[in-house]
Amino acid sequence: MIPAAFDYIRAGSAEEALAALAEHGDEAKLLAGGHSLLPLMKLRLATPAVLVDIGRLDDLSYINDAGDHLAIGALTRHRDVETSALVQSQAGLLAEATSHVGDPQVRHRGTIGGSIAHGDPASDLPSVMLAMRATLVARGPGGEREIAIDDFFTGFLETALGDDELLTEIRVPKMPDATWGFQKFNRRAQDWAIVGVSAIVNNGNSGVGLVNMDSTPVRAAGVEAALSGGASASDAAEAAAEGTNPPSDLNAGPEYREHLARVLTRRALEAAGR
Amino acid sequence: MEVTVTINGGSHSHDVEPRTLLVHYIRDVVGLTGTNIGCDTSSCGACTIHVNGESVKSCTMLAVQADGQDLLTIEGLADGDVLHPMQESFRQCHALQCGYCTPGMVMAAVSLLDENPDPTEREVRIGLEGNLCRCTGYHNIVKAVLHCAEASS
Repeated sequence: MIPAAFDYIRAGSAEEALAALAEHGDEAKLLAGGHSLLPLMKLRLATPAVLVDIGRLDDLSYINDAGDHLAIGALTRHRDVETSALVQSQAGLLAEATSHVGDPQVRHRGTIGGSIAHGDPASDLPSVMLAMRATLVARGPGGEREIAIDDFFTGFLETALGDDELLTEIRVPKMPDATWGFQKFNRRAQDWAIVGVSAIVNNGNSGVGLVNMDSTPVRAAGVEAALSGGASASDAAEAAAEGTNPPSDLNAGPEYREHLARVLTRRALEAAGR
Repeated sequence: MEVTVTINGGSHSHDVEPRTLLVHYIRDVVGLTGTNIGCDTSSCGACTIHVNGESVKSCTMLAVQADGQDLLTIEGLADGDVLHPMQESFRQCHALQCGYCTPGMVMAAVSLLDENPDPTEREVRIGLEGNLCRCTGYHNIVKAVLHCAEASS
């Protein structure tokens, strides 16, 4: 399978990438590691007229300790997140979930920013971002702005990023003492999660994000509310599917996904010591 | 667009369409057909090569993305007639049946041991999760990787 023809622009800097986006608008797509976009282009489900390659913007590949949070460059590869001692110690849930993204080859190329900006409800990392209440930084023609994760996922494969904006940084609150659990249910190695759950408990506050339970990545708000009201893990997990609208596909219908969400949430919470 | 890559130590320059997949460039333009195309959807790993020393599925990368990079394919692994230790381990352990997945398996396995020289059996199995063998010959493949790790230590 070969993608439809496109014009290729290799950005040498974030400014060049933004200029290309400004010129081509919604005709253009950003190419980072390409492990979400290229498969769609090969299936002709995406046919951008212009591809702006930001894969060489090494200044957007970093993991920094920024006081109360980790600042992770959008172009940091999964492999580098997974193996970072800083991420492992300050955001263990993120390191663990990242090690379940795709397979080693995918993690050598795919980037954290690309995965999040793709906005795929079946991806693992958005659930971590929701659970840990990350903040995203976008750069556009008007400068930089912060986007709270709860405002980021707006529709199926759609995000709050404008056509002229570039996701530059992911800010993950440091939680060295947090306990957490990550659950990913699939039938074969390297498959997408049929349902996945990220759960974290930090200083008595909990965060729970769900994979593949709606048309966007979603927070299990009912579970979080139950936990803050003192519910046990198994009681809180009963609320996991509340308010969700799970998809139906070859692997599972909505009812089975709701069941999985409850079971996996309970397991994730138990792993988090609740 | 002009692309210049190093493949197995040699420099190659060609004018390619931006949509050319790296695996097609390697096979059809450069003529190195040891890298196989299996699923063509970044699932099976048959097309695994190394880009700057790391395993990558070359069906999910554009040739233009590889411009200026250092590539290694299965043809570049052996030293003349002397097989790479991983190839030798695959031979010793009979780690192939039909052989179609083998180039990708070997390249993924070499990258795996580069990152984790002394893996457990479980780590080998997880480390090779991106490579499918439809003969289901996994048992001897895992054995070969462990054998290679042991022989190299």
